[in-house]
Amino acid sequence: MKRFASIALATAIALFLHGCAGWQSALDPKGPAASELAWLIWFFTGLCAVVWVLVMIGLAAPLMMQSRERLEPLVLDAGADNRKLRVVMTAVGLTAVILVGLTLLSFFANRTLAAIGSDAALTIRVTGHQWWWEVRYEDATPSRILTTANEIHIPAGEPVRLLLTSTDVIHSFWVPSLSGKLDLIPGRMNVLDIKADKPGVYRGQCAEFCGAQHANMGTFIIAEPRAKFDAWWRDQLQPASAPMSDEAKAGKDLFLKRPCVMCHKIGGTPAGGTVAPDLTHVASRQTLAAGTLTMSRGNLAAWIADPQGVKPGSHMPVVDLSGDELNVIVAYLEGLK
Amino acid sequence: MSSADLTSERDLPPEREASAKGDIAPGRDGPRDTGMDDASLHRWLARTWRTPAGIIGALSSVDHKVIARRYLITAFLFLCLGGLNAVAMRIQLSGPQRGLIGPDLYNQLFTMHGVTMMFLFAVPIVQATGIYLVPLMVGTRNIAFPRLNAFSYWVYVSGGLFAWVSFALSMAPDVGWFAYVPLSGPEYGPGKRADVWAQMITYTEVSSLAVAVATIVTVFKQRAPGMSLDKIPLYVWSLLVTSFVVVFAMPAVMITSTFLILDRLVGTHIFNPAEGGDALLFQHLFWFFGHPEVYIIFLPATGMVSAIIPAFARRPVFGHLGLVLSLIAVGFLSFGLWVHHMFATGLPKLGASVFTASSMMIAIPNGIQIFCWLATLWDGRPVIRTPLLFVLGFFFIFVIGGLTGVMLASVPLDLQVHDTYFVVAHFHYVLIGGAVFPLLGAAYFWFPKITGRMMSERLGRWHFWLALIGFNAAFFPMHIVGLWGMPRRVYTYPAELGWGNINLFISAGAVLFFLSFVLFAFNLVHSVLKGAPAGDNPWDAGTLEWATSSPPPSYNFARIPVVTNVEPLWAEREPLPVATGLRVDARELIISTVAEAHPDIREKSATPSIWPLLAAIAVGGTFLYSIFTPWAIVWGAAPIAVTLIGWFWPKGDPEDEE
Repeated sequence: MKRFASIALATAIALFLHGCAGWQSALDPKGPAASELAWLIWFFTGLCAVVWVLVMIGLAAPLMMQSRERLEPLVLDAGADNRKLRVVMTAVGLTAVILVGLTLLSFFANRTLAAIGSDAALTIRVTGHQWWWEVRYEDATPSRILTTANEIHIPAGEPVRLLLTSTDVIHSFWVPSLSGKLDLIPGRMNVLDIKADKPGVYRGQCAEFCGAQHANMGTFIIAEPRAKFDAWWRDQLQPASAPMSDEAKAGKDLFLKRPCVMCHKIGGTPAGGTVAPDLTHVASRQTLAAGTLTMSRGNLAAWIADPQGVKPGSHMPVVDLSGDELNVIVAYLEGLK
Repeated sequence: MSSADLTSERDLPPEREASAKGDIAPGRDGPRDTGMDDASLHRWLARTWRTPAGIIGALSSVDHKVIARRYLITAFLFLCLGGLNAVAMRIQLSGPQRGLIGPDLYNQLFTMHGVTMMFLFAVPIVQATGIYLVPLMVGTRNIAFPRLNAFSYWVYVSGGLFAWVSFALSMAPDVGWFAYVPLSGPEYGPGKRADVWAQMITYTEVSSLAVAVATIVTVFKQRAPGMSLDKIPLYVWSLLVTSFVVVFAMPAVMITSTFLILDRLVGTHIFNPAEGGDALLFQHLFWFFGHPEVYIIFLPATGMVSAIIPAFARRPVFGHLGLVLSLIAVGFLSFGLWVHHMFATGLPKLGASVFTASSMMIAIPNGIQIFCWLATLWDGRPVIRTPLLFVLGFFFIFVIGGLTGVMLASVPLDLQVHDTYFVVAHFHYVLIGGAVFPLLGAAYFWFPKITGRMMSERLGRWHFWLALIGFNAAFFPMHIVGLWGMPRRVYTYPAELGWGNINLFISAGAVLFFLSFVLFAFNLVHSVLKGAPAGDNPWDAGTLEWATSSPPPSYNFARIPVVTNVEPLWAEREPLPVATGLRVDARELIISTVAEAHPDIREKSATPSIWPLLAAIAVGGTFLYSIFTPWAIVWGAAPIAVTLIGWFWPKGDPEDEE
């Protein structure tokens, strides 16, 4: 029954994903920053297209008068080109005017972008790792600080401040339908303000080459109504749910005995590793391995059994598990909603 | 002109010869070309300037044309290798989640593609074209520092082998051609891959610097009498400006790669933020070179356009002075915009905006160039042949690349398209449209001068249309898929994002584009063997390289021409006036003044020598060894010293040997 449910869930997610082709598109903006940028992109594109067409007309016209004969070259005296000089200087002048205009436009767009997050109430620290995202919700109350991975829940319609940094190499945080990208650089902290106009799921991806699995470093922004978001935060703060079935109980014991605990943390258990994603509520996420696989029992098993097959070069080692051991661990993780 | 030891049969009054003779000529005097009949003049010069026989002789050659031919062929081979890399990548990306090429190989592929195209193809081939043409176009008998020139070729080819052998051994760099730290640093770039990148970059740039220095001196000091600064052909101007850009930009990347190898090999912490270093320093240094690099490739291509358009529009180029000033302006400005590669690193907003303005500004001199060329075509009655076709293709493509460059210069807009396929599309439009299309036009244009035969016009047209269609099919859709969110340097992508079909189309275009080069290679070989004989000046062009035979003799010109016009062959129409007084039994050149090109002194050009090759081997061995241990610098110093001593060992006055 459970298996059936997970397949159904996976299918539902797959269908949902399918319906969202273009959901990582800069031309399909879902927030104020991306809208501003999309407008800028269209304006520049339109203007550039006009300029290009004009140049092509200027190029095509003399070709109409082309000659098939070899002609005697024309040796000019100085001063014969005065009329043409005026035309060229006018064109150069127009170029300069257009460029000044576009520069000013860029300045103003920059100001608009900077204003978006000036009153952000929520601060999320996003740390890049090879090849996943650590997401930490800051709060004045230490007990309310929440750490999760790869998926970022935000309240829809509210500006959110992201603090971006990295622990290893340079990554770049990019969710095109919400905002432009900004790098995560070790030793530095960058600030990116984002806002989603409406609830929805927006995909993002690392945009700075960061090694073997740069291609599989996806992320999701999940924008929800405020109440739902608060409820989600409350749930996430809870320690991991206790295993229900005997199978899952055995899985928990095995998890704690195996090297898994060296890297992963599960809240409310002795597992306290910090170099890999926090698994406290792993099954509540939509995907596994930073957007690589949809979350399902089968994919969990595939990922644990052969991480190097799914993400070659990733830092998740192959842990030697028998079929039964794999089954119970998956049963345990699957219950961590 | 007071110290001149030369006479022009036209410019100088004959009585000056007697008074000037003996003023500067060092040592014993030999037979001179003054008054010598043509047959014995050719015999003398051929003996004096020949490349020695045998394999050792061939390896000792210091003839700029021999070296340039080797350079051109080698660079073309590297182009084919880099193109094969690209095709392999496009096959992997032709559909979502293809499993043909895994991340390890894919990352090596795109790194080698970038490294090969930038360092082993683009820069060497534009410099090689310059090595061939600049001495001919300024009317001298060899490039300045011919042995340094030979050395540069050996360094270049061994640097290329170094990279490609490491690729064959699966230890090619896999950190991108930009090799950002910390990914390429000691902690995250294990193995020897990033070391190969660092040392290969430093090493091959030695060759670029050597060519740049030789070009600058050739242009400033070896111009034919009368070729004052305002009469230098635009192609030569473009190489001159490029060479200055090389001299100032290349050291920046050599410093970058040297800092990197120090971090990796010696344990310094220049780029390590944990120890007070800075990862962004790498990017600043790299792009301080990396942006001018684009213009190092593009400026010579504009020179080619400025040579081809007048020849086929049948009139001198419009706005010669404006074009020269634009070249110089672009050279200067190219150093002021490196930061637009770093907008996404989170630099202070005001500073970034300044770079928006400076990046936009460089469009003005580039615009001036475009408008002047259009004006030239407007006034002429263009004769459309393959070289001009490629120049028209250049306009079609490059203008798009230039305009998307304006888009990238805008800080906010760049934040959406930076590091996506939009940028991949942009710089291929700039580099292929702006440099490769003019280069292909130049290949058809100057091939008769180099080989004495014409290339097939019919195959040329097929090549052009195949290249134009293939190129646009491959690269135009990349703008779109970039805006749809596809980042670059990914070896795969999920099917759900809907990028599959467009990528299949791109890959098909890439294969088509590659096939156009296969056709070009066939045309090259076919024309070398069976092309129609070209004659001295098949296009009836105006500049000096067309004044000598095709292919030119080892000494370039039997008598050094005197120049009175930018297109001397058009202005005179009768045999050019010549300067005489050079010795024929020694490799004498005219050294002229920088501004006016008055003949100043006679100077001897270097004789063939095997030492540049041996020196390149010693330097190359040292660099190769240095990816394993810093002690290589100590042990390598000895053979380098020996070869340099051999190279510069004084042999007495070469006149005594003749």
